[in-house]
Amino acid sequence: MSDAALQARRNVLRRGLKPAVFMLCLVPLVLLVARGFANDLSANPVEFIIRTLGDWALRFLLLALAVTPLRLATGWNEVARLRRMLGLFAFTYVVLHLLAYTGLDQGFDFVGLWNDVMKRIYITVGMAAFALLLPLAVTSADAMIRKLGGARWRMLHRLAYPAGVLAVIHYFLMIKAGYQQPTVYAVILAVLLGVRLVKRA
Amino acid sequence: MLIHAKKASDAASHEITPESVYLNRRGFMAGAAAVAVGGFAGNAGAAVLPAANGAGAFENLKQGYRKLGEKDQVSTYEAISGYNNYYEFGTSKSDPAANAKNFKPMPWTIKVDGLCAKPGTIAIEDLLKPHTLEDRIYRHRCVEAWSMVIPWVGVPLAEVVKQFEPLGSAKYIAFETIVRPEEMPGQRSARILPWPYIEGLRLDEANHPLAILAVGIYGKTLLNQNGAPLRLVAPWKYGFKNVKSIVRISFTEQQPKNTWQVMAPDEYGFYANVNPHVDHPRWSQATERRIGSGNVLSAFEARRTTLMFNGYQEEVGQLYAGMDLTRYY
Repeated sequence: MSDAALQARRNVLRRGLKPAVFMLCLVPLVLLVARGFANDLSANPVEFIIRTLGDWALRFLLLALAVTPLRLATGWNEVARLRRMLGLFAFTYVVLHLLAYTGLDQGFDFVGLWNDVMKRIYITVGMAAFALLLPLAVTSADAMIRKLGGARWRMLHRLAYPAGVLAVIHYFLMIKAGYQQPTVYAVILAVLLGVRLVKRA
Repeated sequence: MLIHAKKASDAASHEITPESVYLNRRGFMAGAAAVAVGGFAGNAGAAVLPAANGAGAFENLKQGYRKLGEKDQVSTYEAISGYNNYYEFGTSKSDPAANAKNFKPMPWTIKVDGLCAKPGTIAIEDLLKPHTLEDRIYRHRCVEAWSMVIPWVGVPLAEVVKQFEPLGSAKYIAFETIVRPEEMPGQRSARILPWPYIEGLRLDEANHPLAILAVGIYGKTLLNQNGAPLRLVAPWKYGFKNVKSIVRISFTEQQPKNTWQVMAPDEYGFYANVNPHVDHPRWSQATERRIGSGNVLSAFEARRTTLMFNGYQEEVGQLYAGMDLTRYY
């Protein structure tokens, strides 16, 4: 293949990557809605919806945090272009998770909600994780990077690390017994954050 | 204006499920405020256990307690048998249905020991034979703040207790779940819970007419995931008190150490009475989500207020007269 042809093919891949990943990121949501229409959301639909959205929020947060380690490990620099999108999808699933909880479970009863946030430690922790992610979503646009300056923006966006830690703690705290699943997430998060520490040392 | 009042008999054809047929046949009034008819005895005979694991249907059931509230709709069989906490088969709600298929609930014997005049090992058929099986509908409130309504088949625990003649020194009754790690995958990990699962009642609680030993749901033998072949049901307590697949019954002087109390004593006590005023340290018990209608649109229903003793205060309240229920939770 000529250099020009190779370049053209690379451009197609380059241009195709983001839309393809975007569509993939929507799959869990589409499947959830489809299961809803099929009346297939377990005996406890509210719990099923909240858990599914929460699981995917955490998975996308870990995926966003995996971008930099993956780039360092493979030298595949293109992947960095996915980071913002993955982060925003994580935030989208967080918001849907939160909406399902406040709306479906609590019926937008904000007094009861406040008591719940105070009473249930795992919800307090979950809300804290949301509070850390909110400024990241707000400052995700290129204009905000310019406005804040790269160094400050990067500093701010390190809030994703404690948000990840809080999200995993949130998962641990809501469980009665049998900690295999959150343990898997905890290990993955530890590796992803550990890589960054090692790199800096 | 023509107002069409919907009667229970007006069910649309898609609503006629095997469950609704069962409930109608048994004369349950679905969704309506039914009356307690505790004394009614049909042509009931001695308890006979049909084929195990949901395969066989009971005959000649005595119509038992079925006092329900206006908004209490009996949960679907699918929900009752597909959404379970039975950690011996795994910790997620769908694990028991998926992992309990290889469990063998027959043949089954129960060891009875401790402070009673007639200890020994007894086959389940012989344990049940002297008694009359009843069907009863109870609300079921999980400590996790969800609830269902379940049509049980069982015998009054008090009658079973009497058959073993507890001594005057017996103050409590303890129950033990079977340990069979080869058939119960959850038991292969000691980190989930310490096995065997242990539960207990004060003897006067066990003798309360609402407490039953259940052997069936919806007129059929218990499915493995529901605690086949024999389990406790004390409807005024949180679900975890209702120990499943019972292989041992002991009469004791000391209060038994029930499993969840051992695991987390600040979260789970011995009594575990449903109580909207005493919160779990990690969540409120004031409200609950009613599940098991089989309709996803129930997701848009509001949570409901949890009733004291799960709505059985009139029946069981006197058992706890004068007790500080915030201390004895």
